[in-house]
Amino acid sequence: MSKDWPLFEVFIRSKNGLEHRHMGSLHASDPEMAMENARDVYTRRQEGVSIWVVASTDITASNPKEYGELFEPAADKIYRHPTFYDLPDELKHI
Amino acid sequence: MKDNIQALNDIFQARIDNGESIEPKDWMPEKYRKTHIRQISQHAHSEIVGMLPEGNWISRAPSLRRKVALLAKVQDEAGHGLYLYSAAETLGISRDELFDQLHTGKAKYSSIFNYPTVSWADMGAVGWLVDGAAIINQVMLTRTSFGPYARAMVKICKEESFHQRQGFEIMLTLTNGTEVQKQMAQDSLNRWWWPSLMMFGPPDAESTHTEQSMKWKIKRKTNDELRQQFIDITAPQAEFLGLTIPDPDLKWNEETKHYDFGAIDWDEFWQVVKGFGPCNKERIDARVKAWDEGAWVRDAAVAYGEKKIQKSKVA
Amino acid sequence: MNNLYTYLLMLGDNSMILGHRLSQLCGHGPNLETDIALTNISLDLYGQVRSYFQYAAKVSGNPANTEDSIAFLRYERQYLNGLLVEQPNTDFAFVILRQALFDIYHLYLLEALESSKDTQIAAIATKSIKEVKYHQRFSSSWVKRLGDGTEISHQKAQYALDTLHPYSFDLLNENAIEADMKEQGIGADLHIIKEKYQDTLKDLMVTSTLTLPDNTFAHKGGKEGVHSEHMGFILSDLQYMQRAYPNMQW
Repeated sequence: MSKDWPLFEVFIRSKNGLEHRHMGSLHASDPEMAMENARDVYTRRQEGVSIWVVASTDITASNPKEYGELFEPAADKIYRHPTFYDLPDELKHI
Repeated sequence: MKDNIQALNDIFQARIDNGESIEPKDWMPEKYRKTHIRQISQHAHSEIVGMLPEGNWISRAPSLRRKVALLAKVQDEAGHGLYLYSAAETLGISRDELFDQLHTGKAKYSSIFNYPTVSWADMGAVGWLVDGAAIINQVMLTRTSFGPYARAMVKICKEESFHQRQGFEIMLTLTNGTEVQKQMAQDSLNRWWWPSLMMFGPPDAESTHTEQSMKWKIKRKTNDELRQQFIDITAPQAEFLGLTIPDPDLKWNEETKHYDFGAIDWDEFWQVVKGFGPCNKERIDARVKAWDEGAWVRDAAVAYGEKKIQKSKVA
Repeated sequence: MNNLYTYLLMLGDNSMILGHRLSQLCGHGPNLETDIALTNISLDLYGQVRSYFQYAAKVSGNPANTEDSIAFLRYERQYLNGLLVEQPNTDFAFVILRQALFDIYHLYLLEALESSKDTQIAAIATKSIKEVKYHQRFSSSWVKRLGDGTEISHQKAQYALDTLHPYSFDLLNENAIEADMKEQGIGADLHIIKEKYQDTLKDLMVTSTLTLPDNTFAHKGGKEGVHSEHMGFILSDLQYMQRAYPNMQW
């Protein structure tokens, strides 16, 4: 019986100077083929200048159930943002 | 336990009402997951079955310009199928399982693709009407609640924008052409008009999924609203082409500011849905054939990939 | 007819007939990813066809000629593609081996044509070379997968190779038009290409665990317009609309 081609996630840099962004996924029998398939599927309209592919099973993801403990504690650390600090308006370039 | 689920359900519904996106790993009601697997895969199946009626004319396209446009369009449909299968896969079902559902007749796809393409003008009519109807549905879906589905739709809508123009240009060239070309265009409109209206699904009164779908924002307008929207957009386009829509009851209603239109033959619709359309069997047979004949190819690639890993370990 | 025009037909017809064969697979590939990849190759080839035929229309000396009249309105004997590209899509192994054999030839041909004295041909070659490099990468990686994949895929690939190999010489053996074009510095030197072709093919077959046929039996005739029986059916498809509805705009 046939075995599925594994799933890969595709990341594409749309132009130099920008980061790679997740574009979607596809199936391929090995990483080289995944890269070529990504080129054929996801860059038909000049969407990219660079491709990363990674086997979906190699991705470690956070669990939405842990949203509270992972992300909410950052909410009250407003001193990490420039607007926390009161400076006179006349002051420029700071 | 039951209360617990109810509470989760309420939070879930509140998120949707709040306009939040649902992502694959988020908690979701089982019915939401199942509905999405069903709808997204139906949509994906429609894309790849939809390649067949148009693929039928690639080798006979009348000019090189038309040929590359049609080829690129049909290829896009493969891409769109792929994006959609990927979206469905985030819900924990494999593409192979989804194919299996299609091949065994368990899953449905848009019935429009069970009609034959019998003239070159059908490439125009399919692009103009079928893609036109699809776009109305798809634009709505770019704002659907399930993140991967909405993102796939955004990409698809962006790519589809040339499809309908491609079709309309074919129609325009035909209606500006010779008498025989005009007849070809009219004949094609005659055959595709009613099936295109059926694409929006049964009337609201008979639609089983509409209410739940609206609640989950899979749908934002009802079948009848979308159908009316399509007719209002398309009727003036037919006039522009100098073609006659095959509905003697079609006329502008100054009061409602919409077109009135005649009764749709829902018996025909249900017949085709049940498998008794002109090409149902051919379409599925073609998909099964491609898949079965590709099995040894896919196996070879897997075997080769495994050998390569072995070799790299030894080295 | 002038030799430049005929030479352009030979170049364009190869891309067109192979593009046609690949386009027949659209919607029928072994999976979606491969389906899309094959169509990309077909679209590249059709792009080349249009460049060649638009130029051919200009040099034909007949102002009524267009890319479409050249593509669709010749008689079978006037199509000058090699026999290899018209061979049918018997199975995926045939598709891949046909592609691999053609791509090796095609890439060396275009590399040579890049320095053609005819600036138009040189420009088309420069553009096409990038496409064909990718085609070759695609087809040779698939030859390896099929050759060194499973027992079944190996058998099918070997059978396709045995069947198709005799059709490939047709592309590589120089005819009078090609000799003249080479003399004028417009065309490629097929003698050099043939040597490179054979070396590259041999290497690919070794890494793919496939065996090149010993005998050097070669089908011939395509470039003189004498085709296999498949060609008439290709043309009935290709020409259907233009023949059934003559003198119309589409």
